[in-house]
Amino acid sequence: MMPSDHLTTYLIIGAFMLFVGLFGMIRHRTLIGMLICVEMILAGAGVNFMAFNYFVAPDPAVGQAFTLFILGIAAAEAAIVISLVIAIHRRFHTVDPQAINELRG
Amino acid sequence: MTLYHYLAEGMFFGFIVLIVFGGMLTVWSRLLMHAVLGLAVVFIGVAGLFFHLGSPFMAMMQVLIYVGAVCVMLVFGIMVGHSPTQTDRLRWSGNNFLLASGTCISGFVLLTTTLVRTQWTAAAQRVGDFSMQHLGEAFLHQFVLAFELISVVLLIAILGAIIIARPPQESDPS
Repeated sequence: MMPSDHLTTYLIIGAFMLFVGLFGMIRHRTLIGMLICVEMILAGAGVNFMAFNYFVAPDPAVGQAFTLFILGIAAAEAAIVISLVIAIHRRFHTVDPQAINELRG
Repeated sequence: MTLYHYLAEGMFFGFIVLIVFGGMLTVWSRLLMHAVLGLAVVFIGVAGLFFHLGSPFMAMMQVLIYVGAVCVMLVFGIMVGHSPTQTDRLRWSGNNFLLASGTCISGFVLLTTTLVRTQWTAAAQRVGDFSMQHLGEAFLHQFVLAFELISVVLLIAILGAIIIARPPQESDPS
């Protein structure tokens, strides 16, 4: 059995992408940098869905459909966040999340 | 085992290396443009994994949507919001870095040990196959409501993005 025939290999790759994305979200100090890491977490979720789809699911179409839905949601989310970043940049002239604290009270 | 199998296995490891390298580049780069480049490398590696998981269609979608659309949109966002050479400066002390990396590494180790110890049972029998035809039929029968909803969500997201990003008009009360 080669490593590419094991479900666990793919799940570990998905977990790696999740935690690298989490770490990047903490490490990056700009809104776009955080968005980049969120995209990586979503791609890791897609890897998990495809792996379960290939190895354990009874119907191979289900996991592919879910991964496509994740792709669509990720694209919509990226569009919204980019427009928010543009609006924030126009209003505050910065994209530093720590500088945007008008609602802090 | 034929030569073909070994070749496929080598490419599998190559894709894993791409994912790890791209992930590190995304996290550690000071320039946001390099981070987007690392993200594109990760997505190409993931597309290669999708080939191994029996779905060339999803691999192509991954390249088309993630690398072709999302990454280009992120590059646009960087160019509009920042100067492309602006660095993403580190502002944390050593303590915070230890806390963040410790949390992420321990979480990864915990999840990995759980995954290795779990026994997954495959489904007793399979309905359908990995063909595009079966996927299309599933989209138009089983998932037709979700399929329509996702298109509405995309439409509303794009409209909302245009409205949010639009410069304030003279007639707006705000």
